[in-house]
Amino acid sequence: MSDTLPLSIQNNRRLEKWLRFQPDRTLRLAVGKVELGQGNVTALAQIAADELDVGLDRITVLSGDTQDAPDEGQTTSSQSIEVSGRSVRLVTAEFRARVVDRLAQRLNCSPGDITVEDGAFHRGDVPTGHDYWTFSTDEDFARDIEGTATTKPPSAYRVVGQPIPRRDLPAKVTGGAFIHDMVRPDMLHARILRQPARGATLASLNEAAVRRAAGGEFRIVRVGNFVAFVGPDETEVQRAAATAPLHATWENVPTVTADMQEAAWLVGQPSNDRLLYDETPPAGGTVVQASYSRPYVAHASMAPSCALAEFRNGHLSVWSHTQGPYPLRASLANVLGMAADSITVRHAHGAGCYGHNGADDVAVDAAVIAREIPDYCIRVQWRREEEFGFEPLGSAMHVTMRAAVDEDGKPLDWTTEVWSATHVQRPSSGGNMLTHEALPSPPPDPRPGDPPEAAGGGGTRNGLPLYDFPVKRIVHHLVLRPPTRTSALRGLGALPNVFALESFMDELADRAGVDPVQYRLSLLSDPRARRLIENVAERCDWVSRGAAGSGRGIGLGWARYKNKAAYAAVAVEVEVEQEVRVRRAWCAADAGLVINPDGARNQLEGGIVQAISMTLKEQMRLGAEGRTSLDWDTYPILRFSEVPEISTEIVHAPDLPTLGMGECTFGPTAAAIGNAVAHALGTRIRDMPLTRERIAAALLA
Amino acid sequence: MSIDLTVNGNHVSVAAGDTTPLLDVLRNELDLKGTRYGCGLEQCGSCMVLVDGEPVYACSREVGTVAGRRISTIEGLGGTHPLQHAFLEEQAGQCAYCLSGIIMSAKALLDRNPTPARADIVAVLDKHLCRCGAHPRILRAVEKAAAAPREGATR
Repeated sequence: MSDTLPLSIQNNRRLEKWLRFQPDRTLRLAVGKVELGQGNVTALAQIAADELDVGLDRITVLSGDTQDAPDEGQTTSSQSIEVSGRSVRLVTAEFRARVVDRLAQRLNCSPGDITVEDGAFHRGDVPTGHDYWTFSTDEDFARDIEGTATTKPPSAYRVVGQPIPRRDLPAKVTGGAFIHDMVRPDMLHARILRQPARGATLASLNEAAVRRAAGGEFRIVRVGNFVAFVGPDETEVQRAAATAPLHATWENVPTVTADMQEAAWLVGQPSNDRLLYDETPPAGGTVVQASYSRPYVAHASMAPSCALAEFRNGHLSVWSHTQGPYPLRASLANVLGMAADSITVRHAHGAGCYGHNGADDVAVDAAVIAREIPDYCIRVQWRREEEFGFEPLGSAMHVTMRAAVDEDGKPLDWTTEVWSATHVQRPSSGGNMLTHEALPSPPPDPRPGDPPEAAGGGGTRNGLPLYDFPVKRIVHHLVLRPPTRTSALRGLGALPNVFALESFMDELADRAGVDPVQYRLSLLSDPRARRLIENVAERCDWVSRGAAGSGRGIGLGWARYKNKAAYAAVAVEVEVEQEVRVRRAWCAADAGLVINPDGARNQLEGGIVQAISMTLKEQMRLGAEGRTSLDWDTYPILRFSEVPEISTEIVHAPDLPTLGMGECTFGPTAAAIGNAVAHALGTRIRDMPLTRERIAAALLA
Repeated sequence: MSIDLTVNGNHVSVAAGDTTPLLDVLRNELDLKGTRYGCGLEQCGSCMVLVDGEPVYACSREVGTVAGRRISTIEGLGGTHPLQHAFLEEQAGQCAYCLSGIIMSAKALLDRNPTPARADIVAVLDKHLCRCGAHPRILRAVEKAAAAPREGATR
């Protein structure tokens, strides 16, 4: 049985790590997944409330704490409900069964005779006088989870499936609630002078000039090529960091050129190459192909990253908005040469991160300074230009779709060929902590890698079509030396790949003279996917969308995230004059059993808005100095006046397993926009972002 | 140096240089952490506060220029303002980092125009960024707050 247990339980077998009943008639659920603004912690509490039959208001959740919560790795890849949710369900069901069984023995009745009402045990309708708090014993907690308890059938859920309000939101609309707002005793503020790139060396720093410009009293901490300004006055250290680059000279800074900012640059660079899935040679037919691209994009969190660290009596305590407290602890141990058990990492809320941004790096900054200045709490706040300048980016991707089609225009053989840098450069995947590279003993160059296909892949994510093609394969070129640092950003390769795949499907339908929706349905047997496409097509009045080239267009795209998580279909209506405006969006999603439909809807809609932003506007630009899009003017994102009306429908499938859905609308939205713009213009733009310049060029071509 | 301010109706005197950003004074001298640092460039709106009822970017406003003027922050709404209720009812946010600035701008709008059209709300919020994509909910929340019965209003 244990080999089928969720990874979260396999790695945290002791029940007491998860669940603790408190003397004040509450219970504490501890989880390793963390709140990143997606509402997962509220949803996990809902699951526990139902399995235990305890009121939701009695449950507090401790999340992301290397001292007191289980190790559930990273909060990534839409896994919080699929994996942690399944674990919480098994743990709480097992605990309930164990306590109820013992009570039944005591009362000489069958466990089936006992019901639970808000934590109190009843026999038939009669209170037994016992409840979880009085009847559970230390032995109930101090044992390994077997994972064999029977969980409730979905028909018995009372809290799961309800739109329960987020628990963390009230504090966030009334005052301080984020890591940025924490105040600890003996706190010093710090800002960093960043090493411009790996291998760069600090030839000189005019400290006197920095002090003159900043004013005030602060320390300048230098460890190798790592420089920090540390003092009690945040304004002063901020001024020091802002002026410091003007007074610093760096050597060995690698040269970057503007052409490297385009995805096309990746083609032909040294790469690790793989052929995945069908290895049979192409099967005849007429070959059709087209290439698509997405440039480097930023997570662009609203809050530049922040961390607190203090080193007291040989123990390092770190507060971080990391996605993975335990993996961060391992990285800190490695960078600082400390034992992991001398380090505690506690999660504190940050702004939405959408993947691997500066959260972990700033924690290492704080820890390095704390080691230099023990017995103080060191608070490091990155600056806006620092976040844009140094957070890992979502890799640029160049994707070529190639199909051999029969005489009806249907693919006999399909190849998706992808050129991309790595989509995961966390230290556990071969990446380096930014700060580590500036220290006197820097780590070796990062080893580029991607998640395995079983975990959804990285550059290959959603590259394999789910259509009923006889032969399909992916050729993956993992480019080894990109011009800028890349790592996980929402969906990894899914957005560019779904954009390419679903755009190419429209192009093949056009070529075959078949309506794109009918063309898809004729090649797709998965009933869940078909249902969503039909749903969205009907709601957007697809059949009356009219001829191409009118300046108004409707387009559609769909995907099953990672080819195994939630399904989503999205249609959009656009108007194209000089720029693309998305006027309306329709979405249908199937995520199996949905724990919190309002939270799910929020994720679906948010994914649509963010994907519109990336598809129409976003590109990190590079120049001789490295990245040049360092603020919101040079890295614009979608604004209120550009957000469409969005209609979202969750197709309920409560008897099917929960499917992670936080990223499922991302690729379909990009594809729908590409197809709608092609319909509006009568000509196709295959390179994101779909800017004013690209529209002008397409119309002149 | 000492500067006299009126913050959320309270008279306070803070020890700060004239050129210190208002944001730093609010957060670090007055412990009002609901006003947030986002860019320091007047580009994102996370730091928006009201000065004499008008939205002002606290990140770049030097505190010396607001001496003696009425400053309002999210804390001044007390958690009971119709906007705060509406944002919670609509669950109008994901990470919520942008929300205190947005709520302050919306308050200035509603104080000036209690029955704004959707276009008025969009025009005011267009200087605010939200990265999570909660825009549709945020617009609904402001509309809902505008429609809510107002304290002291006659029927």
